[in-house]
Amino acid sequence: MNIGVPSDDTNAMTSDLVLATAIRSGDRSAMAALYDRYSSIVYAVALRVLQDTGAAEDVLQDIFMQLWRNPGAFDASRGNMAAWLAVIARHRAIDALRRHRPESDLENVVVSVETDLAGDADRSRTMDKVRGALQAMPLPQRSALEMAYFEGLTHSEIAEKTGEPLGTIKTRIRTGLLCLRKALAA
Amino acid sequence: MSEHEQFAEDLALYALKALDGPERQALEKHLEVCASCRRELELLRGDLGLLALSTAGPRPPARARQRLLSAIATETRPPVAALPSEPGQRSSWAAFAWPALRWASALALVLLCFGLLRQNSALQQNVASLRAQFAAQANQLEQANQVVATLRDPDAMKIELVAADNERQPRGKAIYQLRNRSLIFFASNLPPLPPEKIYELWLFPADGGKPIAAGLFKPDTRGSATVVNPPLPQGVAAKNFAVTLEPESGSHESPRGTPVIVGVGE
Repeated sequence: MNIGVPSDDTNAMTSDLVLATAIRSGDRSAMAALYDRYSSIVYAVALRVLQDTGAAEDVLQDIFMQLWRNPGAFDASRGNMAAWLAVIARHRAIDALRRHRPESDLENVVVSVETDLAGDADRSRTMDKVRGALQAMPLPQRSALEMAYFEGLTHSEIAEKTGEPLGTIKTRIRTGLLCLRKALAA
Repeated sequence: MSEHEQFAEDLALYALKALDGPERQALEKHLEVCASCRRELELLRGDLGLLALSTAGPRPPARARQRLLSAIATETRPPVAALPSEPGQRSSWAAFAWPALRWASALALVLLCFGLLRQNSALQQNVASLRAQFAAQANQLEQANQVVATLRDPDAMKIELVAADNERQPRGKAIYQLRNRSLIFFASNLPPLPPEKIYELWLFPADGGKPIAAGLFKPDTRGSATVVNPPLPQGVAAKNFAVTLEPESGSHESPRGTPVIVGVGE
């Protein structure tokens, strides 16, 4: 089974479904197409968290190999492939950072994103919005969010590091995420 | 503060995998029963996915692509036919159990198919055997019908061969099978019936009991007649047969008229 990757962004979400279906049937070219589309996101997130190219590459390899072995882990009808892979990459990278056995089973993560991220143009627009929302956040809020997300610190670790109360850190992280959602919905 | 508000901030930390201890356990217990919080968790994870998109960095090295493609080229796996029915919150038990259940289901289906194929093959053999039996019985029935039709056909030529110096005397032949209560009788050279008279065949039981009526009949113009399988009681062995001339009306339960022909034994 050979399939092509549509260049038209409007077909990209459909193409994700087609790719996922083809991968289920063992189509290696579909796996290569999926890698070409999303490897940059996975690698960038892993590298941001791990700050180590070799470790980020291992996370990249690990995630796509698991997707190949268990393509049913991603249900394209309920999730967004780009966001799902980004979350998986972040979780795996945090696991590696904490030197834990991987806890983030592919099947345990359901991601709900209304925005279409399958096309290059869609992702580019979304990235601009997210960066704009982060820039617009108060620094303590943005800092708490990034420490939790990219450094894998728990809220108590953040509280200890910043000297802020636990409840404050919790609130900052949650409101930071809600700000992002609101900015993307606008 | 409502229960949802109480867990709202913990949900964000949980999505980040930054919640631990008793708070994490309490939230996971709540998630098991709260669809609203599970939905919010999915949305928060979506937010985290968007946050990841703020990350800019170098593209992965080309060797990473080659490494992946080489790995999947050497690793074969069976195609996965179906989507997972519930990709959301699965326990670690489910993560292990689902693949096993899929394989077990596939194995069960293979065994079922194998069993059905064998059953189908056996049924086809049975059908073929029954068809052969039916064809053989139909053939036997056809032959029997032809025999009976020939015997009973008034237009069939019936010639009895006797000694050259013998006179044409009334004759009869009874063929009786006790097991099936089957009796075939045919007669020839019977005298024409007088008015209001009829011939009657009698079975004389071997136990010496009274004769049993075995059929009324009228011969054709050449004096020939046939009686086939008249109603008879079960299990009556025959000692002899006889034909009498009886009144056409009235009771026929016991012979009253003149014997015309009587059996002489085999």
